[in-house]
Amino acid sequence: MAINRKIAPFFAICLFFLAPQVFGASEQFKGMVYDTGTLTPVDSIAILKTGMKAPDFTLPSISGEKVTLSRYQGKKNVVISFVPAAWTPVCSDQWPGYNITKSFFDKYHAVLLGITVDNIPTLFAWTQEMGGVWFPVLSDFYPHGAVSQKYGVLRSSGVSERALFVIDKQGLIRYIDVHDINRRPPFEALVKELEKLE
Amino acid sequence: MQRLSIFFMTVFAFTILNVAFIHAADTTPEKGEAFPEITMPIPEKDADKAYLGLSGKVAFKLSEIKADVLIIEIFSMYCPYCQKEAPLVNDLYQAIDKDPGLKEKIKIIGIGAGNTPFEVDIFRNQFKIPFPLFADDSFTVHKRVGEVRTPYFFVLKVNADRSNTLIYSKVGTIRDPAQFLKLILNEADLK
Repeated sequence: MAINRKIAPFFAICLFFLAPQVFGASEQFKGMVYDTGTLTPVDSIAILKTGMKAPDFTLPSISGEKVTLSRYQGKKNVVISFVPAAWTPVCSDQWPGYNITKSFFDKYHAVLLGITVDNIPTLFAWTQEMGGVWFPVLSDFYPHGAVSQKYGVLRSSGVSERALFVIDKQGLIRYIDVHDINRRPPFEALVKELEKLE
Repeated sequence: MQRLSIFFMTVFAFTILNVAFIHAADTTPEKGEAFPEITMPIPEKDADKAYLGLSGKVAFKLSEIKADVLIIEIFSMYCPYCQKEAPLVNDLYQAIDKDPGLKEKIKIIGIGAGNTPFEVDIFRNQFKIPFPLFADDSFTVHKRVGEVRTPYFFVLKVNADRSNTLIYSKVGTIRDPAQFLKLILNEADLK
């Protein structure tokens, strides 16, 4: 323990230098992305576990349609991608990638639902800047972060974690990745989990 | 315990110095300067190895690529502009490939900043990219070139001693592949 106390400041300094990586570097978002700096990797307490029933919710989407999770039960696997906020570096560099991976979701009979705590007009403008996205984008804005809270991924600052949930056709949670908010989850990790559903 | 503590502190101090040094060196090479020598894993596909004239089995240095001019695109699968740019770069490749006087002289590679090999494969398959793409999942190359925005294009003219001089270093679209090729040929004195 004595060693830990002594080396802790060195660890912190090393992490300060090592952590920054350039996500959201697409020229498309030049001058539009707010630099959040490096944040605490995870700032919430898990309340859900794999094997549990996924909490149901209904949220408005940017298409104007309301989306209810339970409508997919018995029909489709569901991937929920919580991202912290529109117009921030890593988030602006995550969903545009999902835009060219629809075939993977189709292959594993899955739908993708993107959720942030931003309001609808913000999400609309942000996804338009991406050139649009093929999956429903849902707003967990009001009551603020209620669904994020239900899923145990609401951070103390009021944004959600960068988290992925895979829910099978029975409505059971099969995978949870509450990722380091500063980094993008590698896509293959998600594909590996979708493969397991088959 | 005391020795272990000193050991850890020394390692971390070196790490800080090393990383700080690397960061200090990270500027984007401009036209007229040299693109840094980088080492990358040998492509798995024989066709890619043949295209670049490589014969090793593990890693290669950029200067080993057999070309008079090398075009390097720094891209990301997650970058919407790079996705839009992909067909244009494919057209550029085709324009070079169909010209017998150019196809052995000008080569193109792409480096996926922050992309894993799996993610690079998605990009390759989605846009049917015919030239070699490399994963830079730890942003190593990206940092060496000053953490450029994407897509970013470097065009290197290879000198007789295998060093190189950049004849193009710009962020953003190449716009018109034919015009871009003409620009390169002029800058490289190839035609």
